[in-house]
Amino acid sequence: MARGSIKFLYRGGVVELSNVGPNDTLLDWLRLDRGACGTKEGCAEGDCGACTVAIGTLRDSALAYEPVNSCIQLLGMIDGKELITVEDLSADDARLHPVQDAMLRHHGSQCGFCTPGIVMSLFTLYHGETSPDRGVVNDYLAGNLCRCTGYRPIVDAARDACSGAPNDRFSAGMAATVDTLAGLVDGEDVLIGDEASFFAAPATIEALAELCARHPDATLVSGATDVGLWITKQLRVLPKIIHLGRVAGLSDIRETDNGVHIGAGTTYAQAEPALSRIDPDLGELLRRIGAKQVRAAGTVGGNIANGSPIGDTPPALIALGAELHLRRGATARTMPLEEFFIDYGRQDRGPGEFVTGVDVPHLGPGEVFRCYKISKRFDQDISALLGAFKFTIEDGRVADARIAFGGMAATPKRAARAEAAIIGGKLSNERDWAAALAALGEDFRPIDDVRASAGYRLQTARALLEKVLHEAGGEASAATRVVGVRTGERGHVA
Amino acid sequence: MWHSARRRTQIPPADDGVSVGSAIAHDSAAGQIRGSAQYIDDMPEAANLVHVAPGYATGAAKGRITRLDLDAVRAAPGVVAVLTSTDIPGKNDCSPSFGGDPIFADGRVEFHGQVVFAVAARTREQARKAARLAKIDVEAETPAVTVEDGLASGETVLPDYQFLRGDPARAKDGAANVVSGSLRVGGQEHFYLEGQVAMALPGEGGEIHVYSSTQHPSEVQHLVANMLGKPEAEIVCECRRMGGGFGGKESQASQWGCIAALAASVTGRAAKLRLDRDDDMIMTGKRHDVRVDYTYAHDDKGRLAAVVVEFNMRCGYSADLSLGVCDRTMFHTDNAYYYPNVRIHSRRVKTDTVSNTAFRGFGGPQGMVFAERMMDEIAIRLGIDPLDVRKRNFYGRGRDVTPFGMKVADNIAPRLIRELEKTSDYRQRRKAVKAFNRQNRFLKKGLALTPVKFGIAFTLKHLNQAGALVHVYTDGSVQVNHGGTEMGQGLHTKVAQVVAEEFGIDFDRVKITATTTDKVPNTTPTAASSGSDLNGMAAKRAAEIIRNRMAEVAARLHQATTSDVGFAGNMVRVGEREIPFAELARTCFLERVSLSSTGYFATPKITWDRETTSGQPFLYFAYGAACSEVTIDTLTGEMRVDRVDVLHDVGKSLNPAIDIGQIEGGFVQGMGWLTTEDLVYDASGRLATHAPSTYKIPTASDVPEDFRVTLWDSKGNREPTIYRSKAVGEPPIMLAISVFSAITDAVASLRPGRVPKLDAPATPEAIARAVRSMREA
Ligand code: FES
Ligand code: FES
Repeated sequence: MARGSIKFLYRGGVVELSNVGPNDTLLDWLRLDRGACGTKEGCAEGDCGACTVAIGTLRDSALAYEPVNSCIQLLGMIDGKELITVEDLSADDARLHPVQDAMLRHHGSQCGFCTPGIVMSLFTLYHGETSPDRGVVNDYLAGNLCRCTGYRPIVDAARDACSGAPNDRFSAGMAATVDTLAGLVDGEDVLIGDEASFFAAPATIEALAELCARHPDATLVSGATDVGLWITKQLRVLPKIIHLGRVAGLSDIRETDNGVHIGAGTTYAQAEPALSRIDPDLGELLRRIGAKQVRAAGTVGGNIANGSPIGDTPPALIALGAELHLRRGATARTMPLEEFFIDYGRQDRGPGEFVTGVDVPHLGPGEVFRCYKISKRFDQDISALLGAFKFTIEDGRVADARIAFGGMAATPKRAARAEAAIIGGKLSNERDWAAALAALGEDFRPIDDVRASAGYRLQTARALLEKVLHEAGGEASAATRVVGVRTGERGHVA
Repeated sequence: MWHSARRRTQIPPADDGVSVGSAIAHDSAAGQIRGSAQYIDDMPEAANLVHVAPGYATGAAKGRITRLDLDAVRAAPGVVAVLTSTDIPGKNDCSPSFGGDPIFADGRVEFHGQVVFAVAARTREQARKAARLAKIDVEAETPAVTVEDGLASGETVLPDYQFLRGDPARAKDGAANVVSGSLRVGGQEHFYLEGQVAMALPGEGGEIHVYSSTQHPSEVQHLVANMLGKPEAEIVCECRRMGGGFGGKESQASQWGCIAALAASVTGRAAKLRLDRDDDMIMTGKRHDVRVDYTYAHDDKGRLAAVVVEFNMRCGYSADLSLGVCDRTMFHTDNAYYYPNVRIHSRRVKTDTVSNTAFRGFGGPQGMVFAERMMDEIAIRLGIDPLDVRKRNFYGRGRDVTPFGMKVADNIAPRLIRELEKTSDYRQRRKAVKAFNRQNRFLKKGLALTPVKFGIAFTLKHLNQAGALVHVYTDGSVQVNHGGTEMGQGLHTKVAQVVAEEFGIDFDRVKITATTTDKVPNTTPTAASSGSDLNGMAAKRAAEIIRNRMAEVAARLHQATTSDVGFAGNMVRVGEREIPFAELARTCFLERVSLSSTGYFATPKITWDRETTSGQPFLYFAYGAACSEVTIDTLTGEMRVDRVDVLHDVGKSLNPAIDIGQIEGGFVQGMGWLTTEDLVYDASGRLATHAPSTYKIPTASDVPEDFRVTLWDSKGNREPTIYRSKAVGEPPIMLAISVFSAITDAVASLRPGRVPKLDAPATPEAIARAVRSMREA
């Protein structure tokens, strides 16, 4: 029997809702149903952070607080979690939460409209890090736009408030919260609605497979970081929503013989440590996908299944030689990731079929990996183009090459001609690179759009190939990059 | 780095018992931080409130409307009313100036996104969904989208205007160096975090109370009255706070107030209109983008002899506030420099796009970017340090009259620059930048130190007035109301500080209330950085009137003279005695003395006459300077700001925390304008960057960790402004020009003597293009 309701922890009690529409957003529930108007709407598309709330999730019996954009989070998705909003931070009127107090003392609000969201992001920082440096604070703030302050006082407030171990009523009540959330884990499928319109959150992969087979027209949702906008911006009605977040085993990350398996329901945030271990550039790429809020909700599987030509993980995973796992009913299949992307808006995924995970191999001896994201703004932006490169270097020459780009074609795509042309090339001889640089012009016919012109895209694709060759040849990334200097490398002249 | 990254912005702590000059927290801060500060969309809704959504012709930017079929809209679930121009009983116009801004397009569409109708429904979702069901056919014409399109069509929204001094043509002929060029500077979306919103409540007898997120409540009141054909006395407009304004809610909040009021009037129900972010970006105007065409002449030392410059400002489809905006570009074409012979020409180009409007700086920044570009160009060509070229062109003795004839009497720019040059370690770092650039093949650094001189006052003379209303209650608490609006800039806090200071009472005894047209009437917009100058003064006068009355009572009762009476520390001193302020307030009531007063202020010395181009447009100038260091990646065009030092003049600060907040926030906003914020229109006139996913304002990581902001150690404004402070709202925007100049400097390092072709915004693509231009033959 499926459960016809969702249950979550809110303001100290378990809330059970059986009247949850498939397209209801968490923000609307807060503001319209509960009249909790502290949480603001700035954009309704997951890009400003004014609507940030903290979501507490129990993972391996530990509670983690993550920021989430409530404007594009579907209400049903918070089943089994704790929901905390700005109004809930201080227990009484007299006392402020440490992050609120620091925001006040450091003059961190002007117009105040971004402030509740910022406070909530800082709340997750307060529970996530101790004595964060500027980079970490920036990272926690990247999803919160403030048009007034210039951020400096907010950063000061963050560093001030987060100088010690968390000591608030949430840390004090942690054990009880863990118990409550553990009590909400029932292994039951959630199904609210009827056959024509429902919100479903199956608990097992078998239930998911069965549901997908029965409703091939349903919309599969992992983090809703894209689907949320279909609802809030395109005003589409999506009558059947199948949420993947509760499926047991779908969010596994495990070491395999030669790499790591990332379950389709793994959020970017969860995948980040494992992928960073493959290469720091991959970690940096993950860091630059959306912002904390997006990474706490969006998944690697969703990024792939969505099929966007500007998804950030596919080119990198293709270059690394990742393999994709799919399932329909009881049938599973595996393919090289690049084969999944057939054409714009078209992937090799049948009706009722879903992505279950991706295997990413480790780098072998002599293998060098680099990837670069180019966007107008460093953080929380969508790529104009993204280049990912894996070279096998032998005796100072490129013995093998996998090159993939996003933003250069209708799909994430390998640069077959450039790959062929660079093989055999000497890293120390720039003349050896010319053919490959030229070949990129045959591999790709990029387009003009708001993010970049076709000319810039092609020119920069070449620049990135040059850059990777310099770096593979030993140039320190501190001398070749203004951001994303590789961890572990020593700084340079500056 | 040559300096370990270190943040030095220091805000002195608030002094107990002293109000003016201390770093008191924003009066709404605690509420904002708790989420309890109310914005209009957070207010309780009347039970039968209708939500209003605007609709437009999605397929066209320009042309005659041949069919307006709203049947499906009317039939949609939850719809209560559909409104078009025919529902307007009075005037269908919400222009702040010369007319031509229909509330609902009537017969013709003039830009993509122009509102044609609105739908009121029971829920906002229903209204938004219904609005998309309209069928609007337009006999589409090719729109003029770019400045070039507009110039080709020859249409303008307002006549050209010009400042001329001397004989620039002759001066050019005699000069050693004559250079011509062209520069494009992009527009800017305000991106206030709270989008446009208004809620209207119908009252008895057809009265309407409009809550509007507006910088100009009196104008909303006025326009709603005109629209409904009612006397202004029947309309009230109220605004407690905005979630950001930046000029975007000066004139362009009115339309939404009007439509909400119309919906309330037609349905008899409360009505709320909150724009979706994408609609907001499509339907409201932005900073004017501009193509600047110029020729200038200078000697071999880089000193200017003549400047001839033409600003082709893209105004959009109507005049809106373009007169003032375009004039202010001209007023700041000199920035801090003396142009002996000069012709500044401004063309107010009409395009078939949304009407561009006020944006922090109000045209001034565009003029200044040109001035600083010119300095950079001269320096690059002559191989002189750009700071030296700047210094050689500063206003000074015998070179102190602006192109519009105003004497620069309070010029502290040279001293301020000298100070910043020292504290930022400019010369040392210049050497280090050169060394870095010699050693690095891919990354190049740039450094620039640029000044700001910004004129304070509305250049439209009659706007320089303000009113306030102060009440003292018998428990000694004080309520203050004034004509200015709070958009985050801390105006209410500063005004309350002024009132607390006048009465010698604690800041928290002063309650500041929502701006509303039934308390202080006939107000001017909160704009031109003049909020505290005007309203602070008006509130001070109101408080003085009451304080004098109280002093008289105290003197009479204690056989003293009023000169023996002093107000401080919540006490009133009468000779040797001290009585609590509250006690004196009670006594005044018993003595039947009024504890309420209005206060009024009109800025003196403003004599500008636009017709004759003469007189004084500004009361004084605010000054500042910034030194920025950047690194660019010459392969990709990516850029990082490494360090920023700011020294800024706020006179005697009313509140250093608020002032530093304005400086830092303004700087970052200006930096966004000149770097990542890129407005893209497609050829059919649609704004392609209509959401934060494609339009990128700065995030925390774009702000350098090493960001040092210092207030200039001022003896106070020369003019007797409120406690000798200076306006601070707009000037800091222009400090960010130092970032643009530093990028220019970095690119220029690739080939000494050649000027990079760099336009604003300096996106990675623009920088990469400029880098390429250096490598071309
Ligand atoms: S409202 Fe902007 S991210 Fe949710
Ligand atoms: S305080 Fe206004 S947007 Fe942050």
